[in-house]
Order: sequence, then structure tokens, then C-alpha cells
Amino acid sequence: MTATVLPWIEAAFVLAFLCSGYRLLRGPGLPDRILALDTLYVNTIALLVLFGIQHDTQLLFEAALVVALLGFIGTAALSKYVTRGDIIG
Amino acid sequence: MSTLEQLPVWADALIAAMLLVSAVAALVGSYALVRFSDFYKRLHGPTKATTLGVGGVLIASAIYFTVRNPGFSVHEFLVTLFLFLTAPVSAHLLVKAAMHLARSEPTGS
Repeated sequence: MTATVLPWIEAAFVLAFLCSGYRLLRGPGLPDRILALDTLYVNTIALLVLFGIQHDTQLLFEAALVVALLGFIGTAALSKYVTRGDIIG
Repeated sequence: MSTLEQLPVWADALIAAMLLVSAVAALVGSYALVRFSDFYKRLHGPTKATTLGVGGVLIASAIYFTVRNPGFSVHEFLVTLFLFLTAPVSAHLLVKAAMHLARSEPTGS
């Protein structure tokens, strides 16, 4: 059951990728692009976990954890930069 | 792909249902990013629906690896907890940045 459903789930996440990619390229403002990047990294985590299920490996969880950490730091740093014109301080 | 067919039927059905529900949630959240008109409206989709969808995928993965391997699989909950903690924080920072931009240049975005 999962084996038949899994490619469709991955296709749905790729579609979600394309939606946020559209907003990343098109978005009429800096916050829109930062939000699109945020959505992209969240979808990346989901795709990594799905590949982990498909190939029956736990190696990809570390990658997902690192993507989660760095994505949050990136979003926070970009927002701080937009707000203050400076990241540290 | 052969390991996926060795699962017990209840775990297989549970994982498939969970993956379907969470994929729909994540897709709706990302589609909101395309569909909505204003930045403050667009912020709702990714921060709530997509986070819920990814949390569902991670819980399905936790079920899969708990059934598959001996022992309880916990790393997924680590990622889920981290995502659910950081999504509101990053949304708050984004709103602060957008409000700052809108105040400094009233015609922009």
C-alpha cells in the first residue's frame, strides 16, 4: 500500500516545491522571497524523509536535521538583515 | 522496494494514510503561497499547513522505522519538535521584517 502511494506523495511534494519556486522567482518583495525559501527548506526535509522511507535507510535523517537547523538560521538571519540592515547587533 | 511489502498490514495502511493526509496538507500550504494576494495572507499557508504536513511525514517515518527495526525510533520526533518550535519564530521575524519594509517605503510590495 505504501509502496504504491509513495511516488504520488513525492510528486505532491515536488509540486509544492514548484509552487514555492514560483513565489521565489516572482514574489513582489523581499519578505515573499524569504518566505518562499522557508517553504522550500521545509519541503526539502519532507522529501529527504520520504527518500529515507523509500530506500529503507536512516542515513538521511541527519541530513534532514542539518537542513532544518540551517534553514531556520537562514530565515532568521535574512529577516534580521531586512529589519535592521545588519545581522549581528 | 521489497522491504516496504514486508510490513504488517496495519502499519502499511497507517503509514499510507498518514502520508496521504500530510501530503495534501503540505501541498495546500504551498499552493496558498501562489494563490493568495497579500504577503500577510500568504504567510498563513506555509507556516501552518506545510509545517503540519511535514510533521505528519516525519511521524509516518517514525512509525515505519519503529515497526521495521527493533527498538523505538526517536530522531524523527527531534526534527518534528524542532520544526514546530521554529516555525512560529520565523513567521514572527518575517512579519516584523515585512512591517518594517512597509513602514519605510509605503508604496512598496
